[in-house]
Amino acid sequence: SGFSNIDEDFYEELEETLIMADLGIKTTDAILENLRAKVKEQKIKEPAQCRELLINSMIEQMAVGETAYEFENRKSIVLIMGVNGVGKTTTVGKLAGQLKAQGKKVIVAAADTFRAAAIEQLTEWANRANVEIIAHKEGSDPAAVIFDAVTAFKARNADVLICDTAGRLHNKKNLMEELRKINRIIDRECPDVYRETLVVLDGTTGQNALAQAKEFNEVANLTGIVITKLDGTAKGGIAIAIQSELNIPVKYIGIGEHIEDLQKFNASDFVNALFQKNE
Amino acid sequence: MAFDNLSEKLQNIFKNLRGKGRLTEADVKTALKEVKMALLEADVNFKVVKNFIASVQERAIGQDVLNSLTPGQMVIKIVNEEMINMLGGSAAQLQLQPAGEITVIMMCGLQGAGKTTTVAKLAGKLKSMGRKPLLAACDIYRPAAIDQLIINGEKQGVSVFSMGDKHKPLNIAKAAVEHASKNGFNVVILDTAGRLHIDEGMMEELQEIKSNMPVHQTILVVDAMTGQDAVNVAQTFNDKLGIDGVILTKLDGDTRGGAALSIRAVTGKPILYAGMGEKLSDLEPFYPDRMASRILGM
Ligand SMILES: Nc1nc2c(ncn2[C@@H]2O[C@H](COP(=O)(O)OP(=O)(O)OP(=O)(O)O)[C@@H](O)[C@H]2O)c(=O)[nH]1
Ligand SMILES: Nc1nc2c(ncn2[C@@H]2O[C@H](COP(=O)(O)OP(=O)(O)OP(=O)(O)O)[C@@H](O)[C@H]2O)c(=O)[nH]1
Ligand SMILES: [K+]
Ligand SMILES: [Mg+2]
Ligand SMILES: [Mg+2]
Repeated sequence: SGFSNIDEDFYEELEETLIMADLGIKTTDAILENLRAKVKEQKIKEPAQCRELLINSMIEQMAVGETAYEFENRKSIVLIMGVNGVGKTTTVGKLAGQLKAQGKKVIVAAADTFRAAAIEQLTEWANRANVEIIAHKEGSDPAAVIFDAVTAFKARNADVLICDTAGRLHNKKNLMEELRKINRIIDRECPDVYRETLVVLDGTTGQNALAQAKEFNEVANLTGIVITKLDGTAKGGIAIAIQSELNIPVKYIGIGEHIEDLQKFNASDFVNALFQKNE
Repeated sequence: MAFDNLSEKLQNIFKNLRGKGRLTEADVKTALKEVKMALLEADVNFKVVKNFIASVQERAIGQDVLNSLTPGQMVIKIVNEEMINMLGGSAAQLQLQPAGEITVIMMCGLQGAGKTTTVAKLAGKLKSMGRKPLLAACDIYRPAAIDQLIINGEKQGVSVFSMGDKHKPLNIAKAAVEHASKNGFNVVILDTAGRLHIDEGMMEELQEIKSNMPVHQTILVVDAMTGQDAVNVAQTFNDKLGIDGVILTKLDGDTRGGAALSIRAVTGKPILYAGMGEKLSDLEPFYPDRMASRILGM
């Protein structure tokens, strides 16, 4: 906005913008320190130029690698995980729909056997996406569902298997062990199949999302992040902190509750949105 | 980092201050910078932090720091007290009509916040208080939302009223109240679909319910992990619907839960309960003093 100089007020406004976008105080401080150094080094005088420098370096940092969507070109197994209510099952449904529309043979696995009506919910999504679902009864062993699903994946010569899992908070030891076991079964049964392991993060989540990414990464070597609910007013800026600290790229964003509301991540759109005021 | 904990950090800042007698503006400012960092780390809203720090600063300057307390402790004490105050002082209660009348409770909130689960948890609480709750399935959008409520109702031994997904939520809610009055239920809890606060059409759906039938308590369900946006969400739900209280979910995680402070600051509405797990018994009263310590990381 209307700054004529790069002064303390200018930096303070940037600080506010970044913190309000959920980047967190540590990441914000680091980014601004780096920016100050560059401004000095490159003798930048114009606030607009300084903003541009900041935005461009953040876009560069968030850029998705060229092989990020390689799983689409291969036979692959996609494992979806995350804490409660972030949008895992919905994302499985949306992704299944997209891959199916590309003409692929897709199977989804209902490995959330815990939450009430989780299986019915995924069944409805499988119908919408017009793909096959492998499911057992509520309360059954999720590892057994996964075993059946990978067996079906091989037997039916499918292109992609997408596994939904139960929501679990990353500080729950037993539930994280259960996930480790699921991951291991896939590794063991399909050692040569291309793997995509995605953690789903709710875009409205604040600093805790970093701890989530860390813990899920520890259990299952994440290959990417899905940020949901970016159709709201939250910005999902914690993804920047996660990228800085863990080097895990965002690959998809969720922007609604319909099957078409999943987009591949665009770093430029994402970073620019961080700087847009609501309303 | 040598000093991870806020108390230790403050103690360290004030190491050489003892014997000085009173806290000067500069002393307090240095200390409050650490408090500010802690609050932002905990996701308290940036603007709420600014106001909070300003009011603490005013109180802390000139305080005696003699003998009994170290200056660090003194600042923490003030910060803690102010925060408990802001969080509502003591635990607040859900307001129910007399048992001879029907109390209608409407749950609302963003997608995935924990509404449907909390509806069932709350029903269990009310049942154990001797009330006769009926759950009304007013989420006609989310796949299997009705099944989810029915399964949870069964687990709690509580009846669920549903008309499928082809009727307006208002009509379902009205019919549920009628069903309640004919069948001896005295609390009706409406499970509504998750919605974004900026979704005009979906917000109107809830306004329509509130303006066409008595709703005694409108409860906003909020995920404790929510970041800076919590204020926008809470303020908009409050402006558009008028909320009576808040339930914070997923506090069994390791989030610091600064959203609690933000929501309380912008709406002034009490936080009634804390969701502490996925089991339907995992609902606890909300204690402002514990929440204050948690947010401060102590
Ligand atoms: N607005 C919006 N809502 C979403 C998005 N993704 C999912 N949702 C909604 O968020 C809620 C939770 O989604 P689910 O897919 O059930 O989440 P989950 O992670 O599978 O939940 P659990 O299995 O209970 O842990 C549902 O109401 C979804 O419709 C999104 O991108 N935008
Ligand atoms: N760990 C934990 N999980 C919770 C808590 N409350 C709810 N959940 C979980 O959060 C997820 C979402 O809960 P729901 O009750 O479906 O949320 P909702 O607000 O009804 O979701 P929508 O109807 O899709 O908007 C589920 O996996 C619940 O089991 C809690 O206090 N702690
Ligand atoms: K959430
Ligand atoms: Mg799910
Ligand atoms: Mg629900």
